[in-house]
Amino acid sequence: MGTKITVDPITRIEGHLRIDAEVSDGQIKNAWSSGQMWRGIENILQGRDPRDAWLFTQRICGVCTTVHALASVRCVENALGMEIPLNAQYIRNLIVSLHALHDHIVHFYVLSALDWVDVVSALQADSKKTAGLASTLSEWPNNSPERFKAVQAKVKALVDSGQLGPFANAYWGHAAMHLPPEANLMAVSHYLEALDYQRKATQALAILSGKNPHIQNLSVGGVTAAINPANEATLNMERLYWVKQLVEEVSGFIKQVYLPDVIAVGALYKDWLQYGAGVTNYLAVPDMPLDTKGERFDLPGGVIFQGNLASVKEIKSFKDTFFKDNVVECIAHSWYKGDWTKHPFEEDTVPNYTDFNENGKYTWLKAPRFQGYPMQVGPLAQVLVGYAVGHELTKKYVDDALSKVSSLAGAQVGPNVLHSTPGRHLARAIRAAMLADLALKHWELLVDNVGKGDLAIFNPPTFPKGEQRGFGFHEAPRGALSHWIVIQDGRIKNYQCVVPSTWNAGPRDEKGILGPYEASLVGNPVADPEKPLEVLRTIHSFDPCIACAVHMLEPERGEVSQVKVL
Amino acid sequence: MSRNLHLSDLNPTLDRRSFLKACTMAAAALGLSSEMVPQIVEAAASPQRPPVVWLHFQECTGCTEALLRASHPDIGRLILDIISLDYHETVMAAAGRQAETCLHDTITKYDGKFVCVVEGAIPTKDGGIYCKIGGRTALSILKEVAPKAAAIIAIGTCATYGGIQAAAPNPTGAVGVNSIIHDKPIVNISGCPPNPINFLGTVLHFLTFKRLPETDSLGRPLFAYGRKIHDHCERRAHFDEGRFVEKFGDEGHKKGYCLYKVGCKGPETYANCPAVRFNDVGVWPVSVGHGCVGCTEPNFWDTMTPFYERLPSVAIPGDRGVVSSAESAGKTILGVAAAAIGVHAAVGIGRRLGKGSSCCAKPAASTQASDDKSKE
Repeated sequence: MGTKITVDPITRIEGHLRIDAEVSDGQIKNAWSSGQMWRGIENILQGRDPRDAWLFTQRICGVCTTVHALASVRCVENALGMEIPLNAQYIRNLIVSLHALHDHIVHFYVLSALDWVDVVSALQADSKKTAGLASTLSEWPNNSPERFKAVQAKVKALVDSGQLGPFANAYWGHAAMHLPPEANLMAVSHYLEALDYQRKATQALAILSGKNPHIQNLSVGGVTAAINPANEATLNMERLYWVKQLVEEVSGFIKQVYLPDVIAVGALYKDWLQYGAGVTNYLAVPDMPLDTKGERFDLPGGVIFQGNLASVKEIKSFKDTFFKDNVVECIAHSWYKGDWTKHPFEEDTVPNYTDFNENGKYTWLKAPRFQGYPMQVGPLAQVLVGYAVGHELTKKYVDDALSKVSSLAGAQVGPNVLHSTPGRHLARAIRAAMLADLALKHWELLVDNVGKGDLAIFNPPTFPKGEQRGFGFHEAPRGALSHWIVIQDGRIKNYQCVVPSTWNAGPRDEKGILGPYEASLVGNPVADPEKPLEVLRTIHSFDPCIACAVHMLEPERGEVSQVKVL
Repeated sequence: MSRNLHLSDLNPTLDRRSFLKACTMAAAALGLSSEMVPQIVEAAASPQRPPVVWLHFQECTGCTEALLRASHPDIGRLILDIISLDYHETVMAAAGRQAETCLHDTITKYDGKFVCVVEGAIPTKDGGIYCKIGGRTALSILKEVAPKAAAIIAIGTCATYGGIQAAAPNPTGAVGVNSIIHDKPIVNISGCPPNPINFLGTVLHFLTFKRLPETDSLGRPLFAYGRKIHDHCERRAHFDEGRFVEKFGDEGHKKGYCLYKVGCKGPETYANCPAVRFNDVGVWPVSVGHGCVGCTEPNFWDTMTPFYERLPSVAIPGDRGVVSSAESAGKTILGVAAAAIGVHAAVGIGRRLGKGSSCCAKPAASTQASDDKSKE
């Protein structure tokens, strides 16, 4: 056995994650992913009003704000057999897309770019050459020599001050950093711009939802954002056009800066296209529904096994039984009492902390499985499923991006390179571009429908006596999210969240099969075990969110809890 | 409204105009006169940026995310020009041991001089095992870092009062910072998440005056939490005149009527939301047709739920509306809510669906009844 390394805390993620890896001959041979926080939110939900659940579950995560809110109202509506008005569906779809635009921009620039970009190296760049490089990638007007020079002065002032703040103690000058100084300077400049454009996306979201993070405009049965073109206190055309303008600005940044930057990083780090695939079973759920029932969608969902796109099987509606019947969670290696594998409706979970035991229990995360297999979820899963089923928008962006990577890298690459660490970043940027287009499409659909005189936003829920079970899913920025509820006499009896980061960051199952994070690390190079930058690259490419991933709840006597990690 | 980064934004020494504007807005948020602006400018542009250690415990990172959305100052200016953010797990480049080194170096080098920001609750049950960072519990990290800080800013309802994980039955024994640390100045910026303006205003106040702002009995700055939402809500006139939304989407809802009957907790909640609003687009929850959920109040997950039921002790004026009765109803609540957490909880709507406590449990039937009533 080689060197054992532990990276704890993994920073630039949501939540508390620890990664352990065995390294020998400069390669990772084995890995463990461990969620380090548990809050018991599912437990807290027990006995409460199901209409309140979305406000609670949204607090599972502030990075993934909106996503647990949407999955929650959908699961209660599913349990009650409800439809929601068309306007409510469109407004929710705008929430889905606007949140994702913000989230994906933040993820690439703030949370992961520093794994590939050497900020200090940017000091050596020539600002004119930087502008030259940038002009080969896009026509973004801010890519001027003057701006790059000002950014460089800013970086120099920061370094000279001796107070590097959040940039201190990073892996600057690391052997695995390959970008030329000009590419680094361009990326730093875009990092600063990204801070502004992510904010614009959240502003558009806030106009519809009252505030952000943690929106406050949903309700089981629809949305609360009243629409009335003849009133100043409701959504009217002044408000809606403001949303549209902001989306158009953000869309420009995504298509002219974010997507080209990711394509460039993928091409300049082309040796990395062979690393980080891990689990190549993929799961995505359909989203952006076009009707009141959730039977037609703008983004397809489905499953793919062993990277074989021809094996794709679609998930088709909010009531899809293929999805509903095939999800289980296993706690053989998780800090809960027992070693069972159960369907979410049947789960009961009692915390049982034993400290980190690599052959036993070592995480607060459970291990979700689909038909018994670990599944990778996230933008890559969604893009691959879309590509496999011939979804036009997906094909357009994927083919275009791959041809640009090919020409920059000087080698022809096909969809196979997407099964990799940079592939996850590329899929995320592609998804952002698609959602920018779809946000504008659903804005048009909403305005057209309002123009027809339909102002409905809400169908009131009614809770019958007895037991109802429901599930609701949502293709969140980090992948397939599902909430599962059992309602008894109008109160929550059991509530479970099966979360994207749990799918990805979860531990081994009862058969010892590694989860996607763990599997993706195996085979990664590690140039310096003291500074395992490569571990961060692969883990960050999943966009970890650990608060989401740890959840728990117990059905019978309120003694159950759950933890989620995303 | 364009917030594109221009060259002038990159360095205040190039063009101080936008920088001065940010400081002026901060002064306004703090309720300071314009004479104070030069002092804020000086504090904010000081060559030695004050070190800040930001600890994350049991939380969702929503408070940090809120800060990413702030605009005056924006996050770039905040971390590059105003403070030195030496430890913050969400944004820092370093990880693992190198990250832990940043923390250790800062609290050693700036002993007694750095500002400690805490986001998230501290689990105390079972020795605090429910939240660990770098192999140590949140509890032990807080106990190491807090005594060395100049001051502590608890951001969000989790760090201030325990927040969502402290909701009944509080499975991990979660508490806020001031339940553990007693000998340091602590200011509570509650909210789920709080408006970033209230956090930034507190930071700038501290940098300018070298002390924390004046607070209410719950440790919240008066400049942000001094008034009841109900008292400065733009829909208050509808309350006073008896014009209510009975059901989401009805005619009253389309006219922007008062949301009290569909559960608004504004009458028991102290915050400046209606005044400062969110995300620089002039909104807050009530402006998009949803009631306030009371997120700046301690234990609101228990005392303010069910969220869609009306507060029981606020008198509703009759059809004609009686301003005086609405006012007196408000005063009663105000007096109680400001008194203490315990009392507050007791009079909150607080029908927490406690297991087996029949006095509190609300039968499902009544939920149905109210839903039925509001149907068509």
